[in-house]
Amino acid sequence: MNIEDYKKMVKEFSPQENRLKNILVSFFVGGLIGFLGEFFIYFVTECFGTSQVEASMWLCLFLIVVGTFLTALGFFDTWFSKLKCGLIIPTTGFAHSVASCALDFKKEGLITGLGANFFRLAGSVILYGILSAFFLCVIKVMLIG
Amino acid sequence: MNYLYAFLFAGIACALAQIILDNTKLTPGHITSLFTCLGALFSFLGLYDGFIEKFGAGATVLISNFGHMLYSSAYQGYLEEGVLGIFSGMLCKSSLAITGAIVFSFLVSLVFNPKD
Repeated sequence: MNIEDYKKMVKEFSPQENRLKNILVSFFVGGLIGFLGEFFIYFVTECFGTSQVEASMWLCLFLIVVGTFLTALGFFDTWFSKLKCGLIIPTTGFAHSVASCALDFKKEGLITGLGANFFRLAGSVILYGILSAFFLCVIKVMLIG
Repeated sequence: MNYLYAFLFAGIACALAQIILDNTKLTPGHITSLFTCLGALFSFLGLYDGFIEKFGAGATVLISNFGHMLYSSAYQGYLEEGVLGIFSGMLCKSSLAITGAIVFSFLVSLVFNPKD
């Protein structure tokens, strides 16, 4: 069997994901989280009389708590395989990446395991977020002064 | 109407991420980093405050809001304290997300065990 045939065979047997369905699913899940978030902000501003900005900070914290607990209870990974990007683009994805590392490396000890690997996945988000924000800020300062 | 806008904006952002994930070799880690940088970029262009005003929670729930918070608090720091403010003010708003994630993940990891 030559390489071309082999490649053809691999293509035939590898599972075909329905891309359109993936996109629609992540659209609805992400949209639903945005919808529920809007409802949460309405609820907090009405019931506790906070400002819009403060309510959106509570929303951010609430999403982190939800993401962390879903990861700890083991739902997040199974849901992610079904719901796709709808779960990782909202802030729940950030909480998941921290919580899953914390859980996975817990058994290697508190310092060398949990502490050293805490930001294994979320570190890239923080690093590149801060770097891009810093350089954009420098550019803005140079342009406007 | 606000609810519809929030739904559409968050949904379209997630659908875009899914299109990138399916058609390239990037992992979810790449995509969250990319969206954070995009958030900082939109904030730099002065668009993100408009997004939050128009789409409400639709723009706040996304990871790109993290980039927006980083950029806006760094620039706020510059306006208040000069160049030193960029460094000292960078994490001002987004320490909410970082501290929250650290505290809850640590507490949860003490109680639960990983499920495979």
